[in-house]
Amino acid sequence: MSITPKEVRRIAELAHLEFSPAELERFVGQFQRILDYFEQLRQVDTKGVEPTYHGLAEIPEAGAVRPDRNQPSLAPETVLEGAPKARKGYFRVPRVIE
Amino acid sequence: MQYEPVIGLEVHAQLRTRSKVFCGCSTRFGAPPNSQTCPVCLGLPGSLPVVNGRAVEMAAMAGLALDCRINRRSLLARKNYFYPDLPKGYQISQFEEPLAVDGRVRVPLPDRGTPGVPGTLRELDVGIIRVHLEEDAGKSIHAARQDTLVNLNRCGVPLMEIVTCPDLRSGREASDFLDYLRRVLIFLSLCDGNMEEGSLRCDANVSVRPVGETSLGTKTEIKNLNSFRFLNKALDYEIRRQVRVLESGRQVVQETRLWEEDREETRPMRSKEEAHDYRYFPDPDLLPIVIPAERLEEIRKTMPELPADRARRFGSQYGLDPGDTLVATRTPEFADYFEASAERARNPKSVLNWMVGDVTHRLRKDGRGLHESPVKASDLGELIRLLDDGTISGKMAKGVFDRMYETGKSPGAIVREQNLAQISDRSELETVVSGILESHSEAVERYRNGKRGLLGFFVGQVMRQTRGQANPKMVNELLRKMLDQ
Repeated sequence: MSITPKEVRRIAELAHLEFSPAELERFVGQFQRILDYFEQLRQVDTKGVEPTYHGLAEIPEAGAVRPDRNQPSLAPETVLEGAPKARKGYFRVPRVIE
Repeated sequence: MQYEPVIGLEVHAQLRTRSKVFCGCSTRFGAPPNSQTCPVCLGLPGSLPVVNGRAVEMAAMAGLALDCRINRRSLLARKNYFYPDLPKGYQISQFEEPLAVDGRVRVPLPDRGTPGVPGTLRELDVGIIRVHLEEDAGKSIHAARQDTLVNLNRCGVPLMEIVTCPDLRSGREASDFLDYLRRVLIFLSLCDGNMEEGSLRCDANVSVRPVGETSLGTKTEIKNLNSFRFLNKALDYEIRRQVRVLESGRQVVQETRLWEEDREETRPMRSKEEAHDYRYFPDPDLLPIVIPAERLEEIRKTMPELPADRARRFGSQYGLDPGDTLVATRTPEFADYFEASAERARNPKSVLNWMVGDVTHRLRKDGRGLHESPVKASDLGELIRLLDDGTISGKMAKGVFDRMYETGKSPGAIVREQNLAQISDRSELETVVSGILESHSEAVERYRNGKRGLLGFFVGQVMRQTRGQANPKMVNELLRKMLDQ
């Protein structure tokens, strides 16, 4: 399996990241090395082996759930401290719908 | 050419938990903006989500109620897209291996095909593809020509997504299904069903195809269907639109459309952010959800009776007509009140008539809900019992009911207080009737000579003497017997 510069550009777009043509070129090579490694892993016969979804999936204590209880929230002022723009307690962002 | 619409729904229901699905923030609606958030639901670096066990169990119960297979293990995945109301840049949802799959709902409906015949119900059969757990996004406010304002209180509120098979064939069927699904969720206390506040939301996938065709046409997705009326109207509009497009030789474009209530039409949604590639992958912050078989069995055992089952039981246990069983199971409160009252009254049909009539009218006039009724269910039952055993007349019952509503007193107390009890004692009435006949011997003579209209006069005399408390049926019967002998 090989990756094209077009696919790398698409992935960057989806992640809202901008790169120079040189950077994209470099990523094509790096992505390809990762994919090659997975190609190598694929050689292993895994028939009948359960997929491991998480490193801790086999440890029951790690899968503990939270009781449905309230914990204090942050103060609205604190929440909005990091917002570039705010208005009347809301985050203010450029208009989303045309 | 005749076209057939094909509709599937995606329903989002907020689960009635106290805390959010991955953190302890409150889920209360209507709090000041951004006052119910924390590092986890804001997606701040270094925070870790932990799943709310109650939310998992509630979604599993919904799966059971919709006759799904519950996966012992299901996976939480990240759905990646950018939108200002989604601070993490991804929504935690389920993709592969959702919580529940392959269900089926049989919606009981009155059979409209046979007017006046109370005997039948029909069932609308709708397949359920999947039920999964996810988190809600925040809420954006788009005022005209202004920046978008974002409130993240709703971020992380537990949502359950229910996806139906494309089994629905009209706007009406879609709203009938949604109405029943809403009742199921309310009867199980899983969701408050409030469409106005957005606790229950609905999107629809719609396509049309020539009748007889088995493959599906190109579909559009309609969003913003947040009332039964909108759902009905929007779907019927969209079906007509697609038929027009096809009939003019054009193609339906696969797109997302919004129902615009003001214009009464659907329009293509234009958004500056359109990601069609969500790049789902298992969330490395969260372990798979595991529901052990024993726990699932416990959930099944504690599941309240479903509205359709309850309706069926009302039919067999109380002898209600099929149509009436649906009326009696509109809401859990109504069904509970009905049962408590019917236990006492032993006349279920009359209980239902009173509830739909006087009880509902009085409460509506005062803007009250059934749970705020000053007349207790058992007291309504008692009133009906007094009426049925002849202690009071129908006319008196109305008065007693009003008094019960105003004072909250029991019907027995009011009857005693106002000395209302109807005289149904045969010998007592016989004495009164014969006394009246003796003192009006001339009228008796005229009656016996054919002036039958005088019966009303005698009834009036008896009523006057008993101050209206004589059992009218018995008075009539006694008068006829004694006059005609």
